[in-house]
Amino acid sequence: MTEQVVDRDREIMTVNVGPHHPATHGVLRLVVDLEGEMVRELRPVIGYVHTGIEKSCESQSYWKVIPFVERMDYVSYFFQMEAFCGAVERLVDLEIPPRAKYLRTIFLELNRIHSHLVWLGTTALDLGAISMLWYCFRERDKILDLFEMATGQRMHTRYFQVGGVIEDIPLGFEAKCRAFAEEMPIRVGQYEDLLDRNEVFLSRTKGVGIVPRERLLELGVTGPLLRAAGEPWDLRKATPYLAYPEVEFKIPVGTVGDNYDRYRVRVAEMVESSRIVAQCLDALPDGPHIADDRKYVLPPRSELSTSMESLIHHFKLVTEGFRVEPGEVYYAIENPRGELGCFVVADGSAKPARVHYRDPSFVNLQAFRDMAVGTYVADMIASLGMLDPILGGVDR
Amino acid sequence: MPDAPGLELIRGEIERDCPGAVLATSFDRNQAALIVDPARNLDVLRWLKEQPGQRYTFLSSLHAADYLPAQPRFAVHYELINRDRVERIRVKAMLDERRPAGPVSDTSPAPTGAGPASSPPAGGELPEIDSCVELFPTAEAQEREVFDFFGIVFRGHPNLTRILMPDDYVGWPQRRDFPIGGEPVTFTYSEARYD
Repeated sequence: MTEQVVDRDREIMTVNVGPHHPATHGVLRLVVDLEGEMVRELRPVIGYVHTGIEKSCESQSYWKVIPFVERMDYVSYFFQMEAFCGAVERLVDLEIPPRAKYLRTIFLELNRIHSHLVWLGTTALDLGAISMLWYCFRERDKILDLFEMATGQRMHTRYFQVGGVIEDIPLGFEAKCRAFAEEMPIRVGQYEDLLDRNEVFLSRTKGVGIVPRERLLELGVTGPLLRAAGEPWDLRKATPYLAYPEVEFKIPVGTVGDNYDRYRVRVAEMVESSRIVAQCLDALPDGPHIADDRKYVLPPRSELSTSMESLIHHFKLVTEGFRVEPGEVYYAIENPRGELGCFVVADGSAKPARVHYRDPSFVNLQAFRDMAVGTYVADMIASLGMLDPILGGVDR
Repeated sequence: MPDAPGLELIRGEIERDCPGAVLATSFDRNQAALIVDPARNLDVLRWLKEQPGQRYTFLSSLHAADYLPAQPRFAVHYELINRDRVERIRVKAMLDERRPAGPVSDTSPAPTGAGPASSPPAGGELPEIDSCVELFPTAEAQEREVFDFFGIVFRGHPNLTRILMPDDYVGWPQRRDFPIGGEPVTFTYSEARYD
């Protein structure tokens, strides 16, 4: 008979969290080793919503890939479109007109606010602040109304095209969008009033989930998580693209790198994004909203009944799509969660040979172990919310 | 990005410290790439990371691609960034598809038994490359993803298992010769059965 040593002071229990649980913010499964209420070891298990989008893209012509990639990170769909369209524009060396740059910047920043609102609402919900969800989703709905007004869709809009955007903004959009950009900083102030002096919120976030800046850099973490640790790294400033070099905005950074700093950084980013939207509306240049290169861009609808060439181009683009000379491009932009990179390999045909997304949620999730091990289970849930992974982007 | 002459300078300096590690360079669409010997990828990555004056310390992405008709078929790409100068460089290691050693292969006699005998029998049919997790811990999940989808084995990886596909999945789905469709859909006929 074997003698079993049971150390009553140190008993490890393995608990499964998820994959379906509101606190996992998606279909994420966590295998957690607990000693009492302390997390001793943690293993995220992912892949539950893997749908093979990257593989599917290889059998679509370039312009048909756009709606596929939008569905990866389903909260920040404009960023996926921009990463893909930008990569293809770099492959075919197509310059987009200034108005398209500004329009794209406006929608990207509205999407950033939208994404942060979803994050703030659900994370505050995890910490017991239920009313935050309704306030955040009230403003989120206004952004979705703006998306619907300009693009016809509330989510997955397919608005960005290779060469620009599919349609110019409608009459009345500018006024509505400007009103929103003016209102948003006031709303953010109200959120802060609700949370910043909330004893429960402060004690649940301050000093929790600290990961040193060097460790975050080793783990490849980018975005608000890295900036909360005091590293002012933002691709909008570092590698300027679209209209970002022409607008003025600040990069909020934290000092300690705890969950409270992560909250502060994201909330401050919402204010900065509203400022960018307002500046872009002020400086919105006139001119075409999409490039005039008929090899890559659909001709205007009105020309189809009068111009034979336009009809031919339209037919070729819709049936086969455009061909791209062999080559490969990696194009990275700043998504609400960090560096979103799109890697496209062209093989000379009308379909990409490889589309890969470097999704920030996927890479950032590696830091979760460092954030949560050694803390309480409840703090692990708070840290997961502050990490803000979108599992559609993690699993693709 | 280093420009085309800058890329050649980097290549020259690597050539001085690790001769023969860089096979070629490519400067295409304003993106600089070093094509390296797959057996010496770590030498180049370590040089780029630690050489004073270079300091490409941040691995922003690691991914693979399958260039099927081409002969070194696979490539593992390392997208490095120097965050001080904001310069990106791509390190690309081309990998051949390794043929299974045992069964009816082509007419190669190979009784000399020089090279292939040292390859491990189990993973012998998969292409292999050294893992860079020691240099860049961020590569841990991304190398698992490449293994999962392309069947490229990273030697020295702490936990090289499938990450997105199920553990018992057979095949390497992102390879270009892996067909799309044909996946049996679970529970498809269950409704008919219980009518």
